[in-house]
Amino acid sequence: MKEHVKIIVLALLLITIFSCKKEKEMLGQSNENEIIEVYDFNELEPLLNALDDNIYVVNFWATWCAPCVKELPYFQELHDSYKKQNVKVILVSLDFPDKFESQLIPFVKKKNISPQVILLDDPNENAWIPKIDETWSGALPATLIYTKNKRAFYEQSFTKESLFKELEKFI
Amino acid sequence: MSNRLRKNHYLKNWKNLFNLIIMNNLKIILLALAVISITAFTYNNKENFTTGDGYKVGDIATDFSLKNIDGKMVSLADYKKAKGFIIIFTCNTCPVSVRNEDRILALDKKYKNSGFPVIAINPNNPAVQPGDSYELMKVRAKEKGFTFPYLFDDGQKIFPQYGASATPHVYILQKEKEGLKVKYIGGIDNSSRNPDTVTIKYAENAIDALLEGKPIEVTKTRAIGCSIKV
Repeated sequence: MKEHVKIIVLALLLITIFSCKKEKEMLGQSNENEIIEVYDFNELEPLLNALDDNIYVVNFWATWCAPCVKELPYFQELHDSYKKQNVKVILVSLDFPDKFESQLIPFVKKKNISPQVILLDDPNENAWIPKIDETWSGALPATLIYTKNKRAFYEQSFTKESLFKELEKFI
Repeated sequence: MSNRLRKNHYLKNWKNLFNLIIMNNLKIILLALAVISITAFTYNNKENFTTGDGYKVGDIATDFSLKNIDGKMVSLADYKKAKGFIIIFTCNTCPVSVRNEDRILALDKKYKNSGFPVIAINPNNPAVQPGDSYELMKVRAKEKGFTFPYLFDDGQKIFPQYGASATPHVYILQKEKEGLKVKYIGGIDNSSRNPDTVTIKYAENAIDALLEGKPIEVTKTRAIGCSIKV
């Protein structure tokens, strides 16, 4: 009986410790990101409403946003795992436009981020935030997953599991 | 009973008592550990937390009693002469908030004497975002020379009532017969990331309209910000 108790206690402690631990970062090897485009909303909009047969996963993030940086590896993994299945990952950065060269570019290079990265530099936030999604408050991170027939917006952080699960609903 | 036997008897009793305590409380101990484990799990998923409905423009806002950086408790009811308030959920660590500190100071300077002081509230959980602890709020307020109360939403009870979803997030309230009526919710202006490209100052326009007794043209806006850390 006592041995059982010890084992249970130990197991619970281990679970506690492991669940607190940050997930290991796993970033892609290839760097397809030679150029980061800077778009205003009019230039970005077609990428949010494409009518082809791809599944688009558009993540709104910033290097200064800690929960965004935490979930970025999951988008990289999604990109690596699904690129042969018509899944296109687009990372729309909302970094400060004046930190484009000093922060965003070095970050993308250092982390070997291979999905397409776009800096959205459009000051008139209240005009374009509701066009991305009517429910979005503007808080980061946020993600849009869409096909020509289906659309879902998530003002939240993802775990790897929850991200892959959401994508599977579109495949 | 000899002394030795008595001693053994006591020892045995103590051991029994100890075992009794452990075994009787076993359920509680296991339950506590299970709760800790579950909490640790949900902690990871809590990022999916949504603020629910919160206030809409026209609702009556709650008053509160929150600790200011000077150690004193602050309630909106303390401001007898105020016509209303510019409540801003903001924090030390969010770079968008930091970029808006000068704009928040300017709002307080411009409207405090007209009866609309700024009341800043830090909604973040310091256990998740250590840089937003009460002690560090004092440091930031001093560094930046905050002219307004900077309150700590201890236990994170107030921001969900308001429905704040980001930092910075502005709520303009006006004192009316029914109470503190929500008049505007949203951003300070239309360019939270860059003060040089601001073309519309939503918060200022809203207060100007209130002071002139005119209807507010834009009562709800969105702005880029940091999620609230829960």
